[in-house]
This record gives sequence, structure tokens and C-alpha cells, in this order.
Amino acid sequence: MRGLIRSFWLIPLVILVVLAVSGVARAQEANPTVTDDDVNRIAKGLYCPVCENIPLDVCGTQACQQWRDLIREKLGEGWSDEQIKTYFVNQYGDRVLAEPPRRGINWLVYLVPPLAFLLGIFILVKALRSWKAGSGVPEAEGTADAPGQPPADEYIKRLEEELRRNQ
Amino acid sequence: MLANIGFGALLITAILSAYGIFAAVYGVIQKRARWVDSARNAMLLTFPLLTLAAVSLIILLVDNRFEIQYVASVTSRSMPTYLKITALWGGQQGSLLFWAWLMSAFTTAVTLRKWDRDREFLPWVIVVGLITLLFFLLLILLYENPFMKYWALPGGGIVGALFRPAGATLFTPADGSGLNPLLRHPGMIIHPPLLYLGFVAFVIPFSFAIAALITGRTDDRWIRLTRRWTLWAWLFLSLGLILGGRWAYDVLGWGGYWGWDPVEIAAFMPWLTGTAFLHSVMIQEKRGMLKHWNMVLIILTYALVIFGTFLTRSGVLSSVHAFAQSAIGPAFFGFIALTFIASLVLLAWRWSSLKAETQMTSMFSREALFLLNNLLFIGILIVCFWGVIFPLISELATGQKVTVGPPFYERATAPLFSGLLLLMGIAPLAAWRHSTVKTLGRAAWKPLVLSVLVVAGIFALGVRHWAALVGFWLVAFVTGVTLYEFYRGAMARHRKSGENLALAVVRLAGRNRRRYGGYIIHLGVVLMAIGIIGIEMFQQETQGTIPQGGELALGEYTIRYDRLDIFDAVDNRNVARATLSVFKNGEYVTELHPRRDFFYDSQQPMTIPGIRSTMEDDFYVLLVDWLPVSTAGATFKVYHNPLVNWLWLGGFVFILGTFLAAWPEKETEPVLRTVPAQARRLQAYGD
Amino acid sequence: MDAVSIPENNAPETQENTVRTRRIGWGIVFLLVIGLLVMIYLQLDKVRQGPIGKGDEVPNFTLTTFNNEQVTLEEHRGKVVLLNFWASWCKPCEQEAADLEMAWRFYQPRGDVLFLGVDYVDTEPEALAYLEKFEITYPNGPDLGTRISQQFRIRGVPETYIIDQQGRLVDFQIGPFTSLNQIKAKIDPLLTP
Repeated sequence: MRGLIRSFWLIPLVILVVLAVSGVARAQEANPTVTDDDVNRIAKGLYCPVCENIPLDVCGTQACQQWRDLIREKLGEGWSDEQIKTYFVNQYGDRVLAEPPRRGINWLVYLVPPLAFLLGIFILVKALRSWKAGSGVPEAEGTADAPGQPPADEYIKRLEEELRRNQ
Repeated sequence: MLANIGFGALLITAILSAYGIFAAVYGVIQKRARWVDSARNAMLLTFPLLTLAAVSLIILLVDNRFEIQYVASVTSRSMPTYLKITALWGGQQGSLLFWAWLMSAFTTAVTLRKWDRDREFLPWVIVVGLITLLFFLLLILLYENPFMKYWALPGGGIVGALFRPAGATLFTPADGSGLNPLLRHPGMIIHPPLLYLGFVAFVIPFSFAIAALITGRTDDRWIRLTRRWTLWAWLFLSLGLILGGRWAYDVLGWGGYWGWDPVEIAAFMPWLTGTAFLHSVMIQEKRGMLKHWNMVLIILTYALVIFGTFLTRSGVLSSVHAFAQSAIGPAFFGFIALTFIASLVLLAWRWSSLKAETQMTSMFSREALFLLNNLLFIGILIVCFWGVIFPLISELATGQKVTVGPPFYERATAPLFSGLLLLMGIAPLAAWRHSTVKTLGRAAWKPLVLSVLVVAGIFALGVRHWAALVGFWLVAFVTGVTLYEFYRGAMARHRKSGENLALAVVRLAGRNRRRYGGYIIHLGVVLMAIGIIGIEMFQQETQGTIPQGGELALGEYTIRYDRLDIFDAVDNRNVARATLSVFKNGEYVTELHPRRDFFYDSQQPMTIPGIRSTMEDDFYVLLVDWLPVSTAGATFKVYHNPLVNWLWLGGFVFILGTFLAAWPEKETEPVLRTVPAQARRLQAYGD
Repeated sequence: MDAVSIPENNAPETQENTVRTRRIGWGIVFLLVIGLLVMIYLQLDKVRQGPIGKGDEVPNFTLTTFNNEQVTLEEHRGKVVLLNFWASWCKPCEQEAADLEMAWRFYQPRGDVLFLGVDYVDTEPEALAYLEKFEITYPNGPDLGTRISQQFRIRGVPETYIIDQQGRLVDFQIGPFTSLNQIKAKIDPLLTP
């Protein structure tokens, strides 16, 4: 219980890590007959410059249709998902990927938000610490108006007082 | 004639706004109340004048006056009248006018209130409101005039101008090019106005904040005065976002509701800071803390409102929503830079007078948890902002474009959203000022046990997706805590006054609307989370080409392709409509009609899914393609979206809760509190 | 953005400290804000500029043609270069394809005019079929990594750029040419008879 609450901020971090791991592309098997689903699996992660910000699998333009046909053709030739993606990157640039490739200046996109968030935590913790230190009120006083199991009368009193003040 | 009236009204409003700004400032400097009153009158006149301009444009739209460029670009003869009216916000020029019109409605409404006790705020609220309004009016007058006409020049060629060029004659196209078909959906008809309402309404709390900074009345008066305005702004913005999602789900044909498109994010960012603001102002009201932070949040919200409008209209970003290339970019940019920097300078100037009146006493107090909530919201904001801005940086640095797409946002924000859910469960249990792990644990154990049991049940049902299990646990926990809060309050009333429980709940909620409205909003969020978990983690899809009479299976479902009809509909579109039979576990359940509409006037296709919707799941079919020999075979894309209806149900509950919190009470004027800090500390109990 | 209020302390020496920290904090905030604004402005400016301006020097590029030959712009200084962006999925491109080829056949014997076709976001089989359909003989190649189109900041296809003997942009055409004469009218003034 106590441990859970103390470490509740860990949960998002754990989730972050596991999500990152599960984001790794799924393994695929070579399939002699290429289905639409195979094509869409790859197309989902590609973005055609002609219709920016719309994934390839749902974009309706002629250009995207041709791209999907190309994926189908390459799959038929036995290319792997990764090979096809690499081919598209070489042909049309990094912008076809759903995320910037992790190199060079592109690291900024991945590093700045977590760093900013950590900075936020740092500032928050520092501010809380100094507030607390400045207050000089012993922690033990806290139990007085804590929720949970105070005598029923007190809860009612508090609630009534709150409601009387009308927010 | 009508166009000239409209234009004249715009021009007069702009002059009046400029005068109002001057009169208000002059009145304050010279301490002459009459000038301030005059400024107030100027502000009051903007709404009727802009109504005149907007109504003129609406009449022109309904009346098929295609000699007006704007009318020709967004309407056509075959459109029904209601669509012609909504075409007011179907294009750049009209929607700017619409924005200004709504803005003037809000500023006028706020000027109408009693100002007896807050006279020193009045001139500055007028100044901020009118500066914003004037900016939009200047955009309309100088760059994007909806009243421009077509003129045929004597030497051939057609130009757009407001007044007749020498020797030219009025040119009237036979028909207009019609409204973008994507905008003809009922969801799209009300989605932009709601977003605009949300946007413009946030100008009100911002203008009060600026007024507070300028006048130095930096207590929580400005927050109390604008509390309901903020809630209404937030209500409209939320409603706009939810309806936008519904529209995307119904019309865009990708089986989803949110695509992390830069323009969606542009509308989402002010919502994030606005939500953080709604929470953190409570700390200032209760505890007299975080005055700086609240100022920062409202300044950010205003800046993001203008920034969002800028992103969609300047052509800086390319996106499905983007308006065409436009000249207004630099003007917008200048305005954002000016207002943002000016606000920050004001804040820096008043920094010392915004001292906290009390101190933080416990890491587990409600105020500390609210701060954590703010941190998470700001975290999501940073992810969103950075994701939108990064392609610009990358292009500047390397000359190469990159895409920052859904995987980035999903991975980065999922933990933050989960953290927010968790806080939503813990914070209501924490008391203001003091809470310890022990007291929190005592309050939380019942809902906690309940939620663990629920997750165990879901696990027993065969769900092994760990992220979904975490999600469902959070959902169960928050629901447990929130309902428990209602129960505790109602029980207390019941014991004391002997009311029955149902009545006690109603009375309880009625007497502290913001608190219990807030809890209902939390329940709405939880229901939405169920839908989001369902569609994000359990969505299945398949695509296949099947001959007539052929079948395609997905999970428990099978579709049979029965027929394809191709015909012209009355409103100038060609429809290809498939008829499918849907079977679930081999049993016939329903017939669906996915279709593809092709609009002749705008030469655009639109894919309308066929959806069978239940609380358990949505079965969503798109007609992707069909073979030229019309009925031989067709390609369908099929989605199975479990639980997605909970998202819309949650949205409904969410809005209901906001209504409850925002609905005006009998006594809307908050009582001026002159309680000194020490006394306040004593009465600062839970909210 | 992270300007959470700085703790207040009453001791005078720490107060001085707080003031300094606050000044530094505000300095950082303003620097960040201004930096961000400048960046957005630069991008906005770039978007608004649209294609490279007339009279500007054209960035150098190397086009790998479908026949696997390398054509580098700088190596063709002294020639008038017509650079055409197209794609097989682009309907308006088809309008001008025949005229462009006709113009090429007209100028090719002179030797001081070069036509280059850059195939924008296209797939090879369709592109080759397109070239064959319109019997196009001047060098054509895919825009690998969409680098050339980004250098020229094109907004769509077709777009055509006329580059003079000194490697400067003289003229451009957004959208298709409608006749052979229109093409000639852009090139002829640059040539010495």
C-alpha cells in the first residue's frame, strides 16, 4: 500500500519503457501470395509526401495507390518489411517514415520532451521541498483533517462547511 | 449593395475598436470615467455591427450571389440552404469573419455585467478584448475580405476587387465550386463553431488576467470573476474536440477518431493548458498559492489559441485541415510575438506582487497532487508542441522534411495520460494542506480492492494484454474512488438530515456544482478511456477484394458482398453504394451500406463507412475500390473496433459534467473575500 | 514554461539570491521564447517565398537518370537548362508532356540547351511507362529522397524551372505549359542566335 503510493510516479516510467520495447516491428513471415493486409501492414507506417500526415494505407490519391502496388510487388519478390521500408527511405527520403530516424539532429525530437519533463519534476520537487521547509508546520498535524476514518461527525462538519461556503 | 453594407460594417467596427482602445487607455491615464464609459459603449456596439456584416454575408451565400468571390468558392446552386449558411465558416475569409463575430459576442457579453466593484479592471478588459478583435478585423479588411467581387476587365481577364476597377463590369459565374465535401457532414457543421467558441471564450479570462497584472490587483479576484467564463470556454473547446473526433470517425474513413495531425494538435494544446489552469486556479482560490503559475497558464492558453489559428491558416504546416496558402501568416506571427512577449513582460514586472500567501505543507496534500497534475498536462503539451514544431527545425537545419507521426505521440503521451488517470483516482482522496501516505491509504483501500477485483475478473475473461490490464485497472480505480466520493458525501447528508440517498446525491451535487460536476467529468474521462483502450489495443482490420456473393471474414464477423449500386444523387454527386450482409458467428445480424460519394462540383471523392455500432464493438466497413465492370467485385476494408462507443458515451457524460459545473448559479457575483491569509488558512478545508 | 514560483524566504541574503535566480530564469525564458519565434518566422518566410526567386543562383544537384547516368547541373554551365518536375500520377503533367518533348527535339541539335525531367514521388514501372507513352528522350530520373524538389521548394507537379548559362534561375512555370510556343517563349530570349 505505502510502497505503491510512494512509487506511483514510477508507473508511467515503466509503461514508457515497455511501450518503447513493444514498438519494435513485429516479425513477419515470407508469404508467396501477398494479401491486402500484408500491404497495409507496411503502408500503415509510411507517409506519402503527396498527402502529408495521412498514413499510406488510407490515403486515396493515385500516387499512394501506386506506392501500395509497389509494396505488393516487392513483397511478391520476397522482400522483407524492413527492406521495403529502407527502399522507400532511399527513394523518397526520411519523410516517408512515421517518425524521424534516430540519428543526428533528429535525436532532439526524442530527447527534448523527456528532458523538459525531468526538468519539470526537478523544479517541482525543489519548489515543494522549499515550501515545506519554509512552512515549519510539523507533518503530524496532517492527521487532523485527513479523510478516511475520521469520526463521522467531523466529516459531516467539514462537508457542511464546504457546502455552506459554496465552493 | 449588401456586400457594401457588410464591408462598411466591418470598417466601422474596426475604427470603433481602435477608438475604444484609445478611449480606455486615455480614460485610465487621465482618470476620466467618461472616456472609459465611452470605450465600453464602443465595445458594446461591435457585436451588432459584426452581426450586420455576418448576416449580410449569410444572405449573399443563401442567395447564390456568385459575383462575390467567397460565395462562389464555397457554395453552389445544388447545395441545400442549411449548408449554404454553414458555408459561412467553410472557407478562410468567412471563418475569420465568423471568429471575429463570436469574439465580439463574448466581449460584449462580458462588458454588460455589473462592474461596480471591479471598475479598475474594466478598461483593461476592454483594451485586451478590442486589441484581439481589431487584429482579426484588420486581417479581414487587409488580406482576406469575404466581400470581394469578380470584375471582368475591358481588356479581358477577371480580377477580384472590392470596388469597380476602371471600365470593368461585374462578372457573375454561372455556378460556384461548392463546399468542400468533407465539410458537409453534420459533425463538421458544428465542430468549427464550437472550437471557435472555445477559442474566443478563453480571451475573457486572459483579458482579466492582464487587467489584474496591469492594475496590480493580483489577488484571486480575477480568477473568481472569470471562473464560469473559463468553464464555458473549456466546455466549448472540449465539445469541439469530441465532435471533431466523431466527424473524423464518420467521414475521414480511416477507422479512427484522432490522427495526431498537426492541426488537431493545434486545437488540443490550448485545451491542455486550459485544463491545467482549471485545476490549478483551485489551489489559488483555496490556498492563495501558485499565483505566478496561473498567470503563466492563462497567458500560454491565449498564446496557444492564437498560435493554433495561425498554424492552420499560415501555410507553415501542411495538413488535411490546412487552409490554402495565405498572406496572413506574417501578420499572425507578428501578433503572436507581440502579445506573448508583452504578456510575459507584464508578468515579470508584477512577479514580486504575486507572492504566495501560504505555504505547501505536505507532499501528499491535494495541492501537491494538483501540481503533479499540472506537470503531466504540461508534459503532454511539451510533447505535442515539440512534435508539431520539430519538422520546422529539422527542415531549417538539414533542408530535409521529416514526419512526426502517431507512433511518436502515442509512445510519449501514453504514460503521461496514465499518470493523469492515476492522479484522478488519488487526488480526490487527498485533503487540502495535509495528507500522509497513511491517511491516503486509509481512504483508498476500498476502491483499490474493488479495482483489483475488476482487473482479476477481466483477466479471468481471457484478456492478457498487459497495457490494457493496466488501463482497465486505472479505469476501475478512478471509477471506484469517484463513486465512493459521491457515496461518502451522500451518506453524510443522509445520516445528518435523514434524506434518502438519491435525494442526498442530487442535493449534494446541486450545492457544490464545481466539485461534483468535476467528478462527473472524471467519470466521463474514464468512460472515454475504456473506448480508447478498446480501439487502440484491440482494433483489428483486414482488407480484401471479393466477388459478388463472396465473403470476407474478420474475427467473429463475416461480410457477404450482395450488390453495388451506382447512381447520381440530387445534390450533384455520384454515389457508389455497396450492400453487404453482416454475419456474426454465422448468424445474420444486419445489412451495411458503405459508399463512395464523388462530388462533381469540387471533383472530390469521399468515403462513408458502413457501421454497425453496439456498446460491445463497432463493425466498420469501407468501400475501398470496385472493379470497372461495376458489380464484378469490390475491395472492402473492414475494422473491428471494440468498445469504441464508450468513447462517445464518455464524451456525453463529460459534457454533462461540464454543464453542471459551468451552469450559472443564482448568485453569480462571488462575494468579495477580505479574509486575511491567516484566517484563510484556518478555513481552508477540502474542496 | 517551467516558471513555477520561486520560494520566498525572508532572510535578506537569500532574497538577493532569489532575485538573481529569478533574473536568470526570466532571461532563459525570454531567450527560449525569442529563439522559438525566430525559428518559426524563418520557416514561415521560407514557405511564403515559395519556389526559388528569379535571379537567384540555383542550388547544384545530381540527377541519376533511369538509365543510370549521372547528370550534375554544374557540369552544364553555359547551357540553358529546362528543369521539369513531373509524376506519372499527375494528370496535368500529361498535358504538357508532348509539347516538352517537341521542344526538346527542336533545341537538341543546337547543343546549348538541356532538358531535364525530375520524377517526383513516383514509382518506377509507372514512370517508365509514362516516358514511353510520350516518347520522351531527354534525360529523366527519379527525385531520390525528394532532395531536388525540396531544394527547389516545389509546391506540386508539374513545375518547370528555366536556368540560364550562368546557373541562375530566369523563369519558372507553375502548372503545365499549354503550348509549344509558350515553352519557346521562355527559352528563346536566353539564346544567342
